[in-house]
Amino acid sequence: MEDDRKGLRVDPRYVQATKEAVIGLILFVLNFLWWYGFAYTLGSGSPDKYTYVLGFPAWFFWSCIVGFVVFSIAATWVVARFFKDIPLD
Amino acid sequence: MNWTMMSALVVYLVGVYLLGYYSWAFVARARAGTGAGFMREYFISGRDLGGFVLAMTLVATYVSAGSFIGGPGTAYTQGLGWVFLAMAQMPTGYLTLALLGKRFAILARKINAVTIVDYLKARYESDLVVILASISIVAFLMASMTAQWVGAARVLQAVGMSYELGLAIFAITLLIYVTVGGFRAVALTDALQGMVMLVGTIAIIIGAVSAGGGVENIVRTMYKTNPDLITPFGVKNFISVPWVSSFWVLVGIGLVGLPQIAVRAMAYRDSKAMHRAIIIGTPVAGFLMLGMHLVGAFGAAVVPGIKAGDLVVPTVTTKVLPEWLAGMFLAGPLAAIMSTVDSMLILVASSIVKDIWLNYVNPKMSDRGIANMSTIVTIIVGVVVYVTALKPPPLLVWLNLFAIAGLEATFFWPILLGLYWRRANAPGAIASMLAGVGSYLYFDQVILWKKPLGMHTVVLPLILALVAFVVVSCVTRKPSREIEEKFWA
Repeated sequence: MEDDRKGLRVDPRYVQATKEAVIGLILFVLNFLWWYGFAYTLGSGSPDKYTYVLGFPAWFFWSCIVGFVVFSIAATWVVARFFKDIPLD
Repeated sequence: MNWTMMSALVVYLVGVYLLGYYSWAFVARARAGTGAGFMREYFISGRDLGGFVLAMTLVATYVSAGSFIGGPGTAYTQGLGWVFLAMAQMPTGYLTLALLGKRFAILARKINAVTIVDYLKARYESDLVVILASISIVAFLMASMTAQWVGAARVLQAVGMSYELGLAIFAITLLIYVTVGGFRAVALTDALQGMVMLVGTIAIIIGAVSAGGGVENIVRTMYKTNPDLITPFGVKNFISVPWVSSFWVLVGIGLVGLPQIAVRAMAYRDSKAMHRAIIIGTPVAGFLMLGMHLVGAFGAAVVPGIKAGDLVVPTVTTKVLPEWLAGMFLAGPLAAIMSTVDSMLILVASSIVKDIWLNYVNPKMSDRGIANMSTIVTIIVGVVVYVTALKPPPLLVWLNLFAIAGLEATFFWPILLGLYWRRANAPGAIASMLAGVGSYLYFDQVILWKKPLGMHTVVLPLILALVAFVVVSCVTRKPSREIEEKFWA
């Protein structure tokens, strides 16, 4: 394994673990942008002019309901695609 | 007393007792063995949580009286904007597991840590860090436990029990299963409680939507009552943009710093369990948050005119559901509270026994002594909380106001930077804890600057805590070679 500048042999499992942490953080940021973005772009006008999807105001439908579904699926996909089965002991 | 509703609650409580009994066998076996074995079983269930239980205990610990009673109560007056705000909490599960990640689980095994303080002690090798962390856990968690118990008694009042009787039944059940079964009983009952919450939430959302004549109808009524109810801004811009933007710090990313959440990230069996927990926990957390807060918001159209926020969920439940189903649903908030409190109780006990007593009072305690003391401390803490919940003293009421923020300000950076920044050292961690909690108290209590720059009070203290950590770490000595080797090699 790579030796760092101080000659410490870094546990190779940490490389994968750190990668997963970064991916989790990216997912969180995207989650935030989706949630925040749809609410304030579609929801900022006057409620008199709102459009509706399935009875919900469109901003709420896209931000909270679709966002919930999309990121539940995204979390599953991210785990399947990037997370590795490494020994913990 | 309403017996139909009561019987559903009784079925639920019997389930809880059975799981406590099941866990008892593991604890008894560990008790007969060695001390380290006992502590690992009692405080972290031998690190063998599977994916489903891990997901449920993570979500259920976090979903508390706030999400089942208080939050929907506010959504009732603020409308869809408050539901939107609540959804900031959806990432909790995957974020905690991914951020602390396998690294935390690997380290916990390397240094044989069973509490968060164990980990901080090994990472920083500083008595002051250990003492500050332990005090923070005991003080803040005792305060929030008391508040949660008061909430539980209120739920039981909804089926016609007196406050005192409700509190007593709740306290006795909780104490028995936590004391005999330890962390395993906590995690398994959390899984049961998570499912009760899920079923209850599904039932009540269906009940509320059909009682209101469909979503379209309900939203139209909300709009006619007050157009603000269907905007993301709340009534009269109550939920302002900067506040929302910063609220997710408190309830989104900041939760990683809660010891009762973080400790679960070192209790799972293997990588697969962690993966499954993310896959299961994310939709469960999202659904509970969305469903319960929507019930509150829809309540404004379905059952108008409820005065006290705390009564919204019990009232809507009893109005829209048949009695036997209502009983099952009231088990939901009760389960939410129990699953939060049991985790706090076992954590406070672990902090007193392991972090304070074994470290500073009597390091040479025998294995049997540790086992007995763990049991006794759990009972004593539970009884103290019970007594204080009967008539909460002002100090605890005051502490509870910032228990979550206080814990986050104490633990967030020391846990995370300890894991990812090799240069992080003890003076930095101490500076961070003091700066975080100190500035929080100063802003919130002394100068009453509740929304610095329009943001939630917790944001600025967390930033100051980070700055203090980095600056102080950089001007003081770097961690010893031994620590670096133990944690990185």
